[in-house]
Amino acid sequence: MSDIADKVKKIVVEHLGVEESKVTPEASFIDDLGADSLDTVELVMAFEEAFSVEIPEDAAEKIATVKDAIDYIEKQKAA
Amino acid sequence: MFSLSGKTALVTGASGGIGAAIARQLHALGATVVLSGTREAALKELADSLGERAHIAVANLSDASEADGLVAKAEEVAGAPLDILVNNAGLTRDTLAIRMKDSDWSQVMTVDLESPFRLARAALKGMLRRRAGRIISIASVVGTTGNAGQANYAAAKAGIVGMSKSLAQEAGPRGVTVNVVAPGFIETPMTDVLSEGIREKLVGSIPLGRMGNPDDVAAAVVYLASDEAAWVTGTTLHVNGGMAMV
Repeated sequence: MSDIADKVKKIVVEHLGVEESKVTPEASFIDDLGADSLDTVELVMAFEEAFSVEIPEDAAEKIATVKDAIDYIEKQKAA
Repeated sequence: MFSLSGKTALVTGASGGIGAAIARQLHALGATVVLSGTREAALKELADSLGERAHIAVANLSDASEADGLVAKAEEVAGAPLDILVNNAGLTRDTLAIRMKDSDWSQVMTVDLESPFRLARAALKGMLRRRAGRIISIASVVGTTGNAGQANYAAAKAGIVGMSKSLAQEAGPRGVTVNVVAPGFIETPMTDVLSEGIREKLVGSIPLGRMGNPDDVAAAVVYLASDEAAWVTGTTLHVNGGMAMV
């Protein structure tokens, strides 16, 4: 697993208070990890801070799973 | 009566009549208070008169970056996260609309509407995370009734109400409440200058037969800041002696 994936996972565990084993790449923040809309906004803000990236509103809306978040951040970091 | 012991509160415009009364009452119930305003000497004097648990954080809220940074500054001087934000600072630039300059409009919007948003935005980040918090903004009866000569001020104060209702909906799921206190005519240095005739007419329009005082407003703030008000959010508490029953 990449550093980015590790860090994303850690942030998700911390913010949503879920067990690490549940934070699989396919896990949906809302459907599988019990997040509500505020949680997802807070997660996006936490990602922005942790990775020094900007995630605009339209991109944030498309981040539904752990993998979505990892992919988006990796793409930003590679650019 | 309510206890605010262990809570930390930031009061903007604390050197003014209403702001000082709010700070005093919050402090009297046990809160640690951070007094903010532009006049450092007046803030210091108030902090000294309160004694322990009183700190100051000078800020000019017409400056966006100072407004953005004030919550962090308050938490730093208090040494604790913010539990209660009281958006009290405000100014007026009264004149009839046809004579109102762009700067009269924008100054009032910046200080009376935009800066409360900036402060609330900054405060909410921590409050949502901690699943607790109180945001109370001071509006005005004229935000509901309108007032000739105050198109700018009335618009800003009505804006506070709409903003607070929206924030209340966003923050509700985290137990954070957002409310408004809307004072009517309050005895302050600003109203001392009114002529006797105008004063009599004003008081005549108030069923409770007197002007309000800063403590009347502060008592409403204290209630909304208390744990007992946990199920009250998105509301406007009118404190106007019955002058406008809305």
